[in-house]
Amino acid sequence: MDIFDITIVILAISTASYFFAVKKITKISNTNDIRPDSILSYYGKIAAIWAFVPAFSLLLFYSFLSPIFSEMVFIEKLSKIFPEHTESQLDLAFAQLQNVANGILENPDININRLAVELKSWDETSLAVRSWVVFMLLAITALFSYSRLTPKFKARKTVESFLQKLFLGAAVVAILITIAIVASLLFEALRFFEVYNIFEFLFGTHWSPNIAIRDDQVGSSGSFGMLPVLSGTLLIALIAMMVALPIGIFSAIYMTEFASKGVRDFIKPTLEILAGIPTVVYGFFAALMAAPFFRSLGLSLGMDVSSESALAAGAVMGIMIIPFISSLSDDVMNSVPQSLKDGSIGLGATKAETVINVVLPAALPGLVGAFLLAVSRAIGETMIVVMAAGHAANLTANPLEAVTTVTVQIVSLLTGDTVFDSPKTLSAFALGITLFVVTLLLNIGALTVSRKLSEKYD
Amino acid sequence: MSDKIKIQVEDVNVFYGDIQALFDVTLDIKSKEITSLIGPSGCGKSTFLRCMNRMNDVIDGCRVEGKITIDGENIYDADKDPVLLRARVGMVFQKPNPFPKTIFENVAYGPKIHGLASNTSELREIVENSLEQAGLMDEVKDRLNDSATDLSGGQQQRICIARAIAVNPEIILMDEPCSALDPIATARVEELMGNLSNNYTIVIVTHSMQQAARVSTNTAFFHLGHLVEFNATKQIFTNPSDKRTEDYITGKVG
Repeated sequence: MDIFDITIVILAISTASYFFAVKKITKISNTNDIRPDSILSYYGKIAAIWAFVPAFSLLLFYSFLSPIFSEMVFIEKLSKIFPEHTESQLDLAFAQLQNVANGILENPDININRLAVELKSWDETSLAVRSWVVFMLLAITALFSYSRLTPKFKARKTVESFLQKLFLGAAVVAILITIAIVASLLFEALRFFEVYNIFEFLFGTHWSPNIAIRDDQVGSSGSFGMLPVLSGTLLIALIAMMVALPIGIFSAIYMTEFASKGVRDFIKPTLEILAGIPTVVYGFFAALMAAPFFRSLGLSLGMDVSSESALAAGAVMGIMIIPFISSLSDDVMNSVPQSLKDGSIGLGATKAETVINVVLPAALPGLVGAFLLAVSRAIGETMIVVMAAGHAANLTANPLEAVTTVTVQIVSLLTGDTVFDSPKTLSAFALGITLFVVTLLLNIGALTVSRKLSEKYD
Repeated sequence: MSDKIKIQVEDVNVFYGDIQALFDVTLDIKSKEITSLIGPSGCGKSTFLRCMNRMNDVIDGCRVEGKITIDGENIYDADKDPVLLRARVGMVFQKPNPFPKTIFENVAYGPKIHGLASNTSELREIVENSLEQAGLMDEVKDRLNDSATDLSGGQQQRICIARAIAVNPEIILMDEPCSALDPIATARVEELMGNLSNNYTIVIVTHSMQQAARVSTNTAFFHLGHLVEFNATKQIFTNPSDKRTEDYITGKVG
C-alpha cells in the first residue's frame, strides 16, 4: 500500500473512533445518569486525535527514514564490491543500482544485478512492514483510547492542550526552516571565504567571476569584489524609490483625504491591478519598451544612454512598487484618527494644510516603515533587473549606464552547468547572504519604526 | 449682557444621504452668552452645532438647506469660504484631540496657518495669552515644549480650548466638551466657559442637564431632529412649555 492508501485507512479509522467514542460516552452517561465533563463531540475529537496522530506520525517518520536507511546499507555493500570508489562515485553507483532495481536500466555487471535484486526485495519488504506497523499502532491506540474514555475524562481540556501544541509546532517548524535556510547559506558562504579573502569580497571594486574550471585551462583567475554589484543594486533601488515614493504617497493622500467614494472605488482596484502584474511582464516591458524609450530620449538630447540602463530598470521597478507604497501609506494615513483631522479643519485649516501639518507627521513612522519594506522589495527584486539592467559590473552612479545587481549575478552564477565547489558558484552564496543581511537590517528597521507608531495612538 | 443677536438660524434642514437629521430649525443665538443644546442621543444637536462652522461639509453625502447668518452674512452663500468661516467660529470636540506635537505648537498651529503673528515673539505672545485665558498657563509654563498628548485629559481639553482661542474667533462651539472628563476637570472647564463668555459667543452641546443649567443663559431642546423648545435656561428648567421637554428634563425619557 502506498502512503496515500494508508492515510485513507488512518482517516477512516479515526472517523470511526470519533463516532464510537461519542456513542460510548452517551451510553455510559445515560445508564449511570452522569453529566459528562465536556460536550460529547470533544470525546469524539480526542478519540480521533489519539487514533490519527500517532499512526500518521509513524507513517511519516518511517517513509522519511527508510530510504535513508536502505541507502546506508547498500552503499556499505557497494563499497565492498568497489573498494577503490570515492564517496561521490558510490553515490552514483547507488543511483545506478536503484535504476537497475526499478528496471529502468539494464546492467551487464553480475554483482550489480545481484545487488539490484536484493534492493528490490528489500524495498518491497520495507513497504509491507510499513503498512503493518502503522496499522498495528493505529489499532492499539484506537482501542486503547476507546477503552479508556469515560464521562469523567477531561476531554475539552485535553483537546485544548493538543491544539495548543499543534499551533506551537507550526510556529517552531517555520522558525526551524528559516534557521536552516540561513545556516545553509552561511555555510556555503563560509566555504567561499576559505578560498577568497572576505575583505577583498566586501570592499573589492572589481567583479569578474569567470575563472578557469579545468586545471589546464587558460583563463583569468576570477575577481570577486562585490562593491560594483552592490552599488548597482542600491542605484536601481534608489531610482525605483524616487519613482515610487512620490507617486505612491501622493496617490494615497489623494485617496484618503480628497477623493470621493466613487473615485476611490475606481482608483484602488486599478492600483491593485498594477500589483497583480507578474514581474516578468514588467521585465520585458522594461527591456523592450522603457529602455529603448530612454535611449532614444537620451539621443535626442545628445546624451549617451546605454541600451540596458539602470534608469530603465529602476523606473519600471518603481512602477511595480507604486501599489505597494500607496496601499501601505493608505492604511497608515487612515489610521490617523479622524478627531485629529477634525481638530485641524475646525481651526480653519484647509485639507492640504491638514495633510501636511497633521496627517503626515502623525503617520510618519508608519510611512517610514512602508518605505523600508518597499526598499527591501526593490533590493530583492530579480526578474526586471535580469531582463533590463544588464550584466556589466560597473562601479558607477550614472543612471544612464548599464549596471548589474546582486540578484542578477546570483542568477547568472547559478544557471547553466555549474561546478558546485568552484569559487564562482560559491560566491553566489556569499552574495546571497549579503543580500539577506541588507534586507534583514531594513526589515528590522521597518518593524521597529512601525511598532513605535502603534504605541502612539491607543 | 447684551441682547445683540450673533447667529440667526432660519429653516435649516440637514440630510445625511436620504436620511433627514434636522427639520426646519429656526433660532437666534445671542452675542457673548452661553447657549446650551440639549436632547437625547441622535436628536441632531451635534449635527446642528456642526452646521454653524460648516464642519458637516467634510462628511460625505451631508447636505444642508436653509440659512444661517453670522452678523447678517449667510455662511452658506456660494461665495463664502468655509475655511475662513472656521477661523471665526472655533470648535472644541467631545474627546480631547490635541495634535501629537508640543504644547506650544498645538496652540501656535492656528495663528501660524492664518498668519496672525509676523514674528516669533508675537507668536509667543499669542500662545501665552491663549493659555492664560484657558487657565492653563500656570500649569504648563515650564513645559511648553513637552508633548501635549502627555497631559491629563482635563488639561488636554483646555489645550484644545486654548488652541481654539488662539485663532481669535468670535464664536466657540463646544461638542460635549466635558463628557470625557472627571467632575473636577469638568468644574474647571465650566468655570473657564463662564470667563470666556465675556468675550466670546459660546454654543455648547451637553448631555448633562445640570451642566446646561449651571453654565448657560439660553437652552434649546432638540428631539428627533426637531427644535422643540428654545428659551431662557431658567424658564426651560422650571417651567417648560412642551410636554416632551418636561419629560426629558425630569428624566422620564431619554
